Amino acid sequence: MGRIALNKVKKVFGEVEVIPPLDLTIDDGEFVVFVGPSGCGKSTLLRMIAGLEDLTAGAIEIDDADVTEVPPSKRGLAMVFQSYALYPHMSVRKNIAFPMRMAGIDEATQNAKIDAAAKSLNLTDYLDRKPGQLSGGQRQRVAIGRAIVREPAAFLFDEPLSNLDAALRVGMRLEIMELHKKLETTMIYVTHDQVEAMTMADKIVVLQAGVIEQVGSPLELYHTPRNKFVAGFIGSPKMNLIDGAEAMKHDAATIGIRPEHIAVSKTEGTWKGRVGVAEHLGSDTFIHVHDTGLADMMTVRINGDIDARHGDTIYLTPQADQIHRFDAQELRIA
Amino acid sequence: MAIVAETSKFSKFAWPILAWGVALIFFFPIFWMVLTSFKTDADAVKPEFLLLFTPTLENYANMTDNYDYWRFATNSVITSVSATLLTLIVGVPCAYAMAFDPSRGTKDILMWMLSTKMLPAAAVLYPMIFLAKGLGIYDTHFLVIMVLCLINLPIVIWMLFTYFKDIPKDIIEAGKMDGLNTWGEVREILIPLAWGGIASTALLAFIFCWNEAYWTVRLTTIDAATLSKLIEGNRAPEGLFFGRLSAVSTAAVGPIVVLGWFCQKQLVQGLTFGAVK
Repeated sequence: MGRIALNKVKKVFGEVEVIPPLDLTIDDGEFVVFVGPSGCGKSTLLRMIAGLEDLTAGAIEIDDADVTEVPPSKRGLAMVFQSYALYPHMSVRKNIAFPMRMAGIDEATQNAKIDAAAKSLNLTDYLDRKPGQLSGGQRQRVAIGRAIVREPAAFLFDEPLSNLDAALRVGMRLEIMELHKKLETTMIYVTHDQVEAMTMADKIVVLQAGVIEQVGSPLELYHTPRNKFVAGFIGSPKMNLIDGAEAMKHDAATIGIRPEHIAVSKTEGTWKGRVGVAEHLGSDTFIHVHDTGLADMMTVRINGDIDARHGDTIYLTPQADQIHRFDAQELRIA
Repeated sequence: MAIVAETSKFSKFAWPILAWGVALIFFFPIFWMVLTSFKTDADAVKPEFLLLFTPTLENYANMTDNYDYWRFATNSVITSVSATLLTLIVGVPCAYAMAFDPSRGTKDILMWMLSTKMLPAAAVLYPMIFLAKGLGIYDTHFLVIMVLCLINLPIVIWMLFTYFKDIPKDIIEAGKMDGLNTWGEVREILIPLAWGGIASTALLAFIFCWNEAYWTVRLTTIDAATLSKLIEGNRAPEGLFFGRLSAVSTAAVGPIVVLGWFCQKQLVQGLTFGAVK
């Protein structure tokens, strides 16, 4: 089991309220991603759940038991750190065995679990090496192995892929998702990368300045962002946000339209602009359009390629049913 | 390219020569002291640079027979070892707390501790003597151990703090998640990872204790007197006897030089610590 509930959890560092009172429930077996810009308090929140950071006020429950005052090791959670945090003086085998040794599990069981974890994480050949002799990806797998063998109520991941190169990151992302499908254990994953959030999560928690802006499935957040911040944060490339007269036409303070919901023409359309940089990805092309008079720059995503050169005039037409409207308080207008 | 090649050729020869030169300059007084200790007092005061002489063990025999060298040496060992251990027992938890759970005042406390080293020892000499006599602990091992511990504590905490700071906090936190309590963190993570640093700190503290003279000379008479007191005692009354003084000095610094020689590797490892990341 791994149901985690945060009740009016609050954190103050000195004079600064990093996390104003916050409520959140994470159901057993869910893959929840905390996402937000740097300094939004997502790591602090995770560390509070782990017990590495004290609460200023509020309570944390795991499986209906109050663990607010329980030390990290007794909460039944396992954490994977961005820096891997392996014990450099121990071999891979000893690293993985460590939490079991601390828990007083007998050696035969330890070895069986280590071998099983090593096998599933492709670490069998490296068990006798020290962490210093491993690549970044292997080290992160050892860290995951160390977490798995504890059979925790929930896994906590603190930006675990940030130190890996792009290719490895995609691979590890899939491995973690596979692991979640296999173990069906609650996982809480902190990242600033909204692509990771979108691809991995059952449920995304978008945070800004310690406040939960929205909680929902990736597609809920994508289709119905609760406010302007979430609209701009979720989705890549970012949603185009337009203020002023054009928004007024839609009875809104701001309207948003995603790059993939704009049609492009060289002859006619709703908005006129000038082609800036075009990014050709093969399958897609991102065109950055200037001088529309709507926003500093608009981004359009089109399938395949288009013959548009830098400086050409271009016409954009938004799909009317895909326009998001926000009021003066930046909240979504239904 | 030619310039680079010439530079590297220059540094290839010049640096070792310079290093050897400096090392010899530093080593010379010790060499001369050891040499003088095997001379008769008459030979010892000859003004010429005397390398060839008839060596004698007279000074050493005199030292052990008449001056009770072994008692002083035993006192030095007891006080230095005890003070070093005590310093570490206090210093390790202290530096650990400062490195991994600092408060707002931590930096100020560190600076304050260091500032105590700037106080001239003479300023507190008489209060210390009166205090020691008043408490009835003058000329006891206990007093010497306490004083040695206290004067070394600031530098020991600073050194340990620096070594501990090099250990990523995440590793300690991973330990917490894996089931370690505070003592477990120290035993399983801190000590194994900072072993080189702790060893070189201990070695340095031991050397400081062994060499300390200002307090050990003034706070002891016979019972707890260390080798510093023995050297000091051989300094004056009947004029300067360089042969005897050299023998006593050689016997006093000998153990520490030998220890330093054997612990070279540990010292260097300690000073280049930081490879855990």
